[in-house]
Amino acid sequence: MAQIEEVSIDQFKHLVSERAITGETMLLNMGPQHPSTHGVLRLLLELDGETVINCIPDIGYLHTGIEKNMEAKTYQKAEVMTDRLDYMNTMGNNLAYVMAVEKLVDVDVPVRAQALRVILVELQRIASHLVWLGAFGLDLAAMSVFLYCFRERELILDIFEMVSGQRMMTTYIRPGGLWRDVPVEFEKAVRDFLKIFPKRIDEYEALMTKNPIMMDRLLKIGILDGATALQYGVTGPTLRASGVDWDLRKSRPYMGYEQYDFNVPVRSEGDTFARYIVRIDELRESLKIIEQALNKLPMGPVRSENRKFVPPPRSELGTSMEALIHHFKLWTEGFPAPKASIYSAVESPRGELGVYLEGDGGPKPHRIHMRTPSFDNEILIDEPRKDPSEGS
Amino acid sequence: MDKKLEPIVKAVQEKFGATLEEFRDEAHLFVKPEQIVDVLTALHDEHNFELLSALTASDYWPQETPRFHVVYQLTSLAKNLSVQVRVPVNGNNPKVPTTTGVYAVSNWRERELLDMFGIEFEGHPDPRRILMPDDTEGHPLRKDFPLGYEEPQFSFNLEEIDLRKPYAKE
Repeated sequence: MAQIEEVSIDQFKHLVSERAITGETMLLNMGPQHPSTHGVLRLLLELDGETVINCIPDIGYLHTGIEKNMEAKTYQKAEVMTDRLDYMNTMGNNLAYVMAVEKLVDVDVPVRAQALRVILVELQRIASHLVWLGAFGLDLAAMSVFLYCFRERELILDIFEMVSGQRMMTTYIRPGGLWRDVPVEFEKAVRDFLKIFPKRIDEYEALMTKNPIMMDRLLKIGILDGATALQYGVTGPTLRASGVDWDLRKSRPYMGYEQYDFNVPVRSEGDTFARYIVRIDELRESLKIIEQALNKLPMGPVRSENRKFVPPPRSELGTSMEALIHHFKLWTEGFPAPKASIYSAVESPRGELGVYLEGDGGPKPHRIHMRTPSFDNEILIDEPRKDPSEGS
Repeated sequence: MDKKLEPIVKAVQEKFGATLEEFRDEAHLFVKPEQIVDVLTALHDEHNFELLSALTASDYWPQETPRFHVVYQLTSLAKNLSVQVRVPVNGNNPKVPTTTGVYAVSNWRERELLDMFGIEFEGHPDPRRILMPDDTEGHPLRKDFPLGYEEPQFSFNLEEIDLRKPYAKE
């Protein structure tokens, strides 16, 4: 017999309404394995007839202790854990972590590496939004949108495989630059993508944007105003759909974002439709950034020359004694970081992805914390219970 | 440190007696646990720090006392500034007043810290574990909590190890 835990209502007494205790409303468990929860999320619902009046999320089913694991690894080796944070934004997670390490140990990044990082991260943003759009369509029973989105996403994953050897777990962006330069076919593959993708966005919009079923389900649903969103720490497209113009790429440019000309889509309605439109517009803006970055992609090295933090190229190992020593020291011992803490953040497809990184003078992080946007965005599910009369 | 941030930091220092540390253009303000609600309220209301970007903690066991630092990373959208407020907390029965009244996002973040570090937030509306199961013993991100591992099972010791595994059995 499997052990069945007896749960009494006392545990949730402070979370549900008075009527649940008398039995007037029903408490219903949803998940953690449920086709509509997308991932492992459990919700405890309080129902009054067919109306959800309270919703208590229970997260943590996919908690894998990544922060603890990273503390036990050197800075280079801990990077592979960042890929596993979120499979839809691997390049972006790499960039967030690597920028934090670079800030902590103070390494400069060559301009070519910066431009390539921008191209890859923007491609990743498109891929991430395509998964969102596909799954979003699927939830509204628009199956074909899902298939089209994953068709285009595959083109981006092919580019990632070309540069890093992996479709998803790339670990391509490294402290001090990139793993290696992109292959010669890279530019053509990205240009081909730039050529076909604008038409494909129009196709998605033709299928979805003015579709009456979509309008019914999105317009004036789930309205979130800007002040509330900030109170709950909501960032990214969700915040921008509530009328707050805040994009870290514009307000605190990193990796040379200031030299590219792009707009930050902002809508003031704050409903689900606004959040949909903001993301669709972001697809187009990302294309603009990629095109500009590719047009003025500078030549030069893609890794910093600072040998104390960045391993020497393979070709030098046979001829240079120093290069061999640096290579050996970096891969056996790692590089030391000062005993201090920094916080650095990037704009990921879902919002502010921040990394709090603290060194202790040795080659391993003392503490690393990932401020992941979805954790804060999800808290909104928890909160509507404050006003149960409104329903859902 | 940013020029625009200097007067704000000075105001907080004068009002609350906070100490300042700087590293790579970041300002870190150290305040006492009992002051944290007032400090965050002042920063939120008077200085436009609308967003609590991150709330985390760090464990300095066994080298340093006080053992924990609770870290509040604040962002001002209107002024485009960041400031970090750090609260050193004693390792023996660590307690900090809750800041859910100032930033609603603190709710889950403080539950995470309760879960991972065992830091208690006084007055928290819903003090339960958030990520780990309810019956977990200990607090995983403390430095005295061992990094777990799984014993590799081979055909010759598969059943022996299976008996020791802590999962629910049929």
